[in-house]
Amino acid sequence: MKAVITVIGKDRVGIIYSVSDILAKANINILDISQTIMQDIFTMIMLVDISKCEDHFAEISKSLEDLGTELGLSIRIQHEDIFNSMHRI
Amino acid sequence: MINSFEIMETIKMLDEEHLDIRTITMGISLKDCSDPDIDRMCEKIYNKITTYAKDLVKTGEEIERDFGIPIINKRISVTPVSNLCENATTIEDCVKIAKTLDRAAITTGVNFIGGYSALVHKDYTKGDRLLIDSIPMALSSTERVCSSVNVATTRAGINIDAVAHMGRIVKECAELTASSGGFACAKLVVFANAVEDNPFMAGAFHGTGEGECVINVGVSGPGVVKCALEKIGKNADLGVVADTIKKTAFKITRMGQLVAQEASRRLNVPYGIVDLSLAPTPAIGDSVAHILEEMGLEKCGTHGTTAALAMLNDAVKKGGVMASSFVGGLSGAFIPVSEDAGMIDATNCGALSIEKLEAMTCVCSVGLDMICVPGSTSASTISAIIADEAAIGVVNNKTTAVRIIPAPGMDIGDTVEFGGLLGSGPVMKVNSFKSDEFIARGGRIPAPLHSLKN
Repeated sequence: MKAVITVIGKDRVGIIYSVSDILAKANINILDISQTIMQDIFTMIMLVDISKCEDHFAEISKSLEDLGTELGLSIRIQHEDIFNSMHRI
Repeated sequence: MINSFEIMETIKMLDEEHLDIRTITMGISLKDCSDPDIDRMCEKIYNKITTYAKDLVKTGEEIERDFGIPIINKRISVTPVSNLCENATTIEDCVKIAKTLDRAAITTGVNFIGGYSALVHKDYTKGDRLLIDSIPMALSSTERVCSSVNVATTRAGINIDAVAHMGRIVKECAELTASSGGFACAKLVVFANAVEDNPFMAGAFHGTGEGECVINVGVSGPGVVKCALEKIGKNADLGVVADTIKKTAFKITRMGQLVAQEASRRLNVPYGIVDLSLAPTPAIGDSVAHILEEMGLEKCGTHGTTAALAMLNDAVKKGGVMASSFVGGLSGAFIPVSEDAGMIDATNCGALSIEKLEAMTCVCSVGLDMICVPGSTSASTISAIIADEAAIGVVNNKTTAVRIIPAPGMDIGDTVEFGGLLGSGPVMKVNSFKSDEFIARGGRIPAPLHSLKN
């Protein structure tokens, strides 16, 4: 099963490091990653594979959210179906 | 992979434009709970609801978390309770059922339970009459129970006896809850052409043509539509405006479809319909009135409002229908006054009147919704307002409804505070000339002719 992680906020050192650290510990594989910086706003989108993840989705979601609060960013993880169903027939 | 522009568009809709699923409503049939002994029946009702819906709230929250979509309400609708009242002999018997529903709602954690209802568009049974008489007591002594009464259909005409009756019931509801501005009236809807699969409160009930249990979903998103219209600018012609609304409604509804399917799969309950409604909330940026103003009207309620609303309503349906495998419920734009910041503003500045709202209901999804009128408004005037609205529904073959609050002790210029999603309603002016004799005639207005159209 795949999920999309989005990170939005002010750019700073170590964002990707901190996010991928959580993912690695949870055995979540990163399939694709893209990032842009528009007018100082850092936007990162990651496609990840959560099928081998041992933790509960809620726990991952919570640890990413907590990391977001710590770094002053908005970080969320959502099942990819929401984007597929909204933008694809 | 989905492109990043699309991902960011969805995130923006969720973050800034109030996109949400307004409700997951589980419809539960109570047909098999009927019992000559009222207490035993109440026990059966309680057990059935709390068994079928035990995971509803939890599942809703899981879907919310997995997809990152806010799901505002989880609710239950049941078979119109009047069907179970044929063995009841007193109003207290009926109220007992209402209290049972309330208890079941609290146990399952849903915020409203609908279906304390009767369908009397042609005539009453003994149970129907008893249930309707019990509504004021039932709504004022429960917290989460919602009630609705269908008084007219296109095929049966308008039951004016029931319309007159409901005028008195609305007044009684207001008086019994005078200390909260007549709050019980906010939980009572009078319908013409009521639908059986509506997931929205206060008018939801699980129709007798429905199955054992079903999941219906109501989407929302006035904020998203308004933002989409802001992007195309003031100079785009109305064809472009309609097209933009269609595309936006499509995306919103796709999300509703996904949630409905997921909820149905996880709860192992058949998926019924998605209701494609634009349901406003009192939050800034979540208003249907503001969409109409974005189209170019200085204030909602001015000349041109009916045309703008007609286009909005039609475009929402056209966009949504393709996005969902089954569409139903009330599907369209809702125009409740107290629940919409733009409607409240428009009323306060004198742009919006009951008469204009009535015209708007000819082309929108439901009817006169969450309208506060002076506490001195007579029962027969309320009945006459219901009759007008029913006539619009019956003649135009659409659902119409009245949810009106004659706020005790309040007058024009006052504001009734309901709080939460129900918002706050400015008291609106009603026509001071009487309709007493018309309503007092009683009887039925025959079903209208549906040929020789002019």
